[in-house]
Amino acid sequence: MPLSLNLSPDKQREMLRQMLTIRRFEERASADYLAGKIYGVVHCYIGEEAVAVGVCSALEKSDRIISTHRGHGHSIAKGADLKRMMAELYGRRTGYCKGKGGSMHIADFGIGMLGANGIVAGGIAIVTGAGLAAQMEGKGGVAVAFFGDGASNAGPFHECLNIAASWKLPMLYVCENNLYAAQTAAAATHALSDIASRAAAYGIPGLVVDGNDIVAVYQAASRAVDRARSGAGPSLIECKTYRWRAHTERRNQPDPREKEEIEAWKKRDPILALERRLKEEGGLDEGERSTMEREVLAALEEAVAFAERSPFPLPEEAGEDVFSA
Amino acid sequence: MRELSYSEAALEAIAEEMRRDPRIFYMSTDPILPLLQEFGEQRIKATPITEAALTGIGIGAAGSGFRPIVDWRQVTFCFVAMDQIVNQAAKIHYMFGGQVSFPLLFRATVGGGGRVAAQHSQSPYSMFMNVAGLKMFLPSTPYDVKGLLKTAIRDNNPVISFESSRLLRLKGPVPEEDYTIPFGEALVRREGRDATIVALAWLVHEALAAADELDKEGISVEVVDPRSLVPLDAERIRASVQKTGRLLIADEAGPTAGFSAEVAALVSEDRATFARLKAPPKRVCALQVPIPYSPVLENHVFPDRNRIAAGVRELLKA
Ligand SMILES: Cc1ncc(C[n+]2csc(CCOP(=O)(O)OP(=O)(O)O)c2C)c(N)n1
Ligand SMILES: [Mg+2]
Repeated sequence: MPLSLNLSPDKQREMLRQMLTIRRFEERASADYLAGKIYGVVHCYIGEEAVAVGVCSALEKSDRIISTHRGHGHSIAKGADLKRMMAELYGRRTGYCKGKGGSMHIADFGIGMLGANGIVAGGIAIVTGAGLAAQMEGKGGVAVAFFGDGASNAGPFHECLNIAASWKLPMLYVCENNLYAAQTAAAATHALSDIASRAAAYGIPGLVVDGNDIVAVYQAASRAVDRARSGAGPSLIECKTYRWRAHTERRNQPDPREKEEIEAWKKRDPILALERRLKEEGGLDEGERSTMEREVLAALEEAVAFAERSPFPLPEEAGEDVFSA
Repeated sequence: MRELSYSEAALEAIAEEMRRDPRIFYMSTDPILPLLQEFGEQRIKATPITEAALTGIGIGAAGSGFRPIVDWRQVTFCFVAMDQIVNQAAKIHYMFGGQVSFPLLFRATVGGGGRVAAQHSQSPYSMFMNVAGLKMFLPSTPYDVKGLLKTAIRDNNPVISFESSRLLRLKGPVPEEDYTIPFGEALVRREGRDATIVALAWLVHEALAAADELDKEGISVEVVDPRSLVPLDAERIRASVQKTGRLLIADEAGPTAGFSAEVAALVSEDRATFARLKAPPKRVCALQVPIPYSPVLENHVFPDRNRIAAGVRELLKA
């Protein structure tokens, strides 16, 4: 029985579309960064798309997530508007943060996306607060922390897992183990290779999942979401995955990863894997696939055009929003 | 004399001191490759992303006979280690009655201009100046960064080296032979008669450019570079202001409770200096906001040579 049986072809096609959107969005963001239209620093999620999309596909719009410095994928998977995302990257006042945040700080509280965060592990406690809010609201909402292998060594990860477990918070802690934190291999900084095994210390389920298999991610997330909604408490899901590109598009540090390693992971493309599975199961034909590609690119072009025609903020707007009214 | 960049000069200071003293070791996420190649993994430690733990581990190793260097990298990353910095590193020598010393160097880049937004750009040195028990400096040239780092590494206290992210590639003369620069010695970078500009790091260079511009208008400006923040050379600053009668402080940080406020107070609370003031001290600082991303906004937030020059003109009008 194929693992994907409980996922309708429609839903799988939607997942494919979202992963494709993330990839094309970032290919464009990277090109525009190199062209000087996007500033500062851009971290690409390419290669890891199945994690964000697989998990967010198991959520409701009202559920809340938090992201990292590598946040485009989570934003898109939670339903963010490409136009306002691209405008933010372009530094325009129509962007999600009025040009104040840029690539590392996309947020859309309206769809439960509590922000990309520039501080490693900076979001874990915040989204645990959203989990506490969901518990107190009592409407069955859940909250999801996305974070890297690097962040799993920081205090907030451990402190929050303990609190969430003790309080039975409706939380998913989703670790994207892409095997590196910037230039440092996870093997050099982790005593155990499976981060999920740390769940035992807090008495919660800890699962290792193939993060490049979106169906596996979706199923693990769905089970954890059910558990959280039922009041049984948090889960830790470790998705083994890999980033295809350098740590940042600035590439100001040498990438220590072996070419063979990168190439081997590229052969495990999460997008191609789902595409193949769908085609085998008769859920997608060539025509539908190329229509999807065209539609994704059209939406992206629209977003770029929107960003380009949007004005920059006025200089004085730098002084706005320091305090709330 | 040969030229090195600001970051090369810093690296050279560390490498030379590490060759001299085997008790020195270095901790940072993503180790600096030339250091790793020369000194190996035992002394150049690649750490997890745990600034709080690293800072505490540095304190403990320092109190146990080693001389650690903890590189926070971006200053904003050290905020996760504030307890270790403020409650532990700063207080531990005093609180335990001076039993042992804690020779410990922290490194952090400060400043803006990189379009990396609020969580990656900040100049928060005054937050640390406010804490008793920490020494700190902020150099403006490759020569100074090397000399001050060497002094810091040989000092028996926790010292923070704030390094200007805007200056990392700046080249300047650095002698081959060993030298140190004592803390608490400001430098007059340019002599002048009509006004004193006290500026830090990148803004020293902007102040010098402003001084060139003002010179064409017949305004003679003195530029003072404090170099170290704790201890701060109040004497040299006051002497300059007594000579010129006017003071402008330029800072890449916001004004509120900042370095600029401290300098203004040091000058105006001193009766002899106050008596010579021909105008109230003026501050040209960043806006008091988190640093925004968009270039239009970020450029608006920071002072530069034009704002400094305009500030001096206003001082002279008063
Ligand atoms: C507190 C803190 N320390 C250091 C950094 C610099 N930094 C940015 S991303 C990163 C690596 C993060 O690795 P990981 O959590 O595995 O996420 P990944 O980049 O692999 O997605 C580091 C060290 C930071 N942003 N915040
Ligand atoms: Mg990682």
